[in-house]
Amino acid sequence: MSILVIAEHDNSELKQATLNVVAAAKAIGGDIDVLVAGENCGAVGEAAAKADGVSKVLVADNAVYGHFLGENLGELVAEVGNSYSHILAAAGTVGKDFMPRVAALLDVAQVSDIMRVESEDTFVRPIYAGNAIATVKSTDSIKVITVRPTAFDPVAEEGGSATVEALDIVKDAGLSQFVSEELAKSDRPDLASAGIVVSGGRGMQNGENFKMLEQVADLLGAAVGASRAAVDAGFVPNDMQVGQTGKIVAPQLYIAVGISGAIQHLAGMSDSKVIAAINKDEEAPIFQVADYGLVADLFEAVPQLEEELKKVL
Amino acid sequence: MKVLVAVKRVIDYNVKVRVKPDNTGVDLANVKMAMNPFCEIAVEEAVRLKEKGVASEIVVVSIGPKACQEQIRTALALGADRGIHIETDEEVQSLEAAKLLKSVVEKEEPKLVILGKQSIDSDNNQTGQMLAALTGMGQGTFASEVVVDGENVNVTREVDGGLMTVALKLPAVITTDLRLNEPRYASLPNIMKAKKKPLDNMSPADLGVELAPRLSTLKVEAPASRQAGVKVADVAELVDKLKNEAKVI
Ligand SMILES: Cc1cc2nc3c(=O)[nH]c(=O)nc-3n(C[C@H](O)[C@H](O)[C@H](O)COP(=O)(O)OP(=O)(O)OC[C@H]3O[C@@H](n4cnc5c(N)ncnc54)[C@H](O)[C@@H]3O)c2cc1C
Repeated sequence: MSILVIAEHDNSELKQATLNVVAAAKAIGGDIDVLVAGENCGAVGEAAAKADGVSKVLVADNAVYGHFLGENLGELVAEVGNSYSHILAAAGTVGKDFMPRVAALLDVAQVSDIMRVESEDTFVRPIYAGNAIATVKSTDSIKVITVRPTAFDPVAEEGGSATVEALDIVKDAGLSQFVSEELAKSDRPDLASAGIVVSGGRGMQNGENFKMLEQVADLLGAAVGASRAAVDAGFVPNDMQVGQTGKIVAPQLYIAVGISGAIQHLAGMSDSKVIAAINKDEEAPIFQVADYGLVADLFEAVPQLEEELKKVL
Repeated sequence: MKVLVAVKRVIDYNVKVRVKPDNTGVDLANVKMAMNPFCEIAVEEAVRLKEKGVASEIVVVSIGPKACQEQIRTALALGADRGIHIETDEEVQSLEAAKLLKSVVEKEEPKLVILGKQSIDSDNNQTGQMLAALTGMGQGTFASEVVVDGENVNVTREVDGGLMTVALKLPAVITTDLRLNEPRYASLPNIMKAKKKPLDNMSPADLGVELAPRLSTLKVEAPASRQAGVKVADVAELVDKLKNEAKVI
């Protein structure tokens, strides 16, 4: 078996999710190559070569891949991946965008968002917002798979010594062009891989009040997340949404503030190690999954939390 | 400009999903079904494009058993002009759905195809992208804004880092995200009118597509359930538990 992992990166840094996907590849077993497609992404290739368990890194460095457009990546990965038994990528918005194109071009099914590997052709994945867990078997000769990064412990960042090879394959589908992007700038840890996440919901009432959560998050070295209701209401940007259709997180500690605990929200955070919830409604469903529940008005409890944390940290 | 919208009949998002005792799937007997929420957003976007004079005709298509016609009628009541029902009682996987939609695209030649980014049953997030690849179209996935501009469409996409805007050549495929719009409700007069709108029925074979699923579901289980923990009396106790019992801060 030979597995091609498509690296997730921003042209300068390898994202941790790639290490989680390599771990999933190891669970399948076989030779693992990593494809880094981007623009001026040499440093990413070097980083991928150090990851534990990687045999070879292929670097496709060209302007056509600079913004990870699905049309171009789809053609590239379908061509390079054709000689592998498995093609894996993280189930982030880049992987979700181009991987189904790869599958369609290769005329194979895709298995989305796997959380466990049972064997080389059998995988476990959530369906119905995680209310059911399906074990699926693929009969295709090439398995195209997106991986839920939080479900696999990352391989070591260092220790490997893969060879790095430049790929001279330029695929410009000519269908799409990058126009602009508005990326959230934050010094806080990345939401999807943070060790602690503090999330706010509709109960926060407005965006200004999220500052209270940010202060708590900064004391804890945490990322800040949100429910869909808080994003829809415009309190915070879309990239902070945790849930079935937002980001999946599984930190050591998840603190839900003013979030009711709808199934769609739980789908994104119920694999957290410890869940704490602050909600003024003692019947809120979030308390059914919380290890520690505090029935309180958040406008009193959050400032107190900040003070208490300052005492003990 | 003609717009094709694909809609899927799924379990209503408010229903508590239960796994069947024999682990073959989830229990759909006597469960409320509805249009997939992301498909509602797709229909709404098409209707808005028509209201703006950008779209001239909206064709709505659904794949599945007879009962799917309810969801097609809902879309017609919301403003779509005619419906296509590809009828089958078999399980239809994303790749097959994309192949069926491809043959509809070849017949109808729409300038824009709008789909939901994922259906809340299989949570696959695949069909739109597969359709785009099979038809050689560009794709604006996870759209939060769609602006048609001559022979192009600019799509602002919800991505992990924030927002990203791409320009696509028409014809193109768009998949909707939650912030694209807020779908309207159908009015009673429009529900009545929808009953008279044309609805074509065809089979996968009529479209020359053979259903050949590549994935088989071996079992479906309930997720490991979390135990509800304890209620703490105040913030000081919460911090104490997090620090000294759970040891996570
Ligand atoms: C297709 C689809 C996809 C979805 N995807 C997602 C998703 O990915 N992520 C997601 O989060 N949701 C998602 N949802 C939405 C989900 O169903 C809920 O509507 C949403 O999670 C509710 O957000 P909330 O808990 O912030 O708001 P609410 O349910 O309104 O809860 C607010 C909570 O705040 C509490 N509160 C209010 N004021 C205070 C106060 N002063 N002090 C303490 N507590 C207070 C209230 O008691 C209440 O429990 C999706 C829905 C659909 C249909």
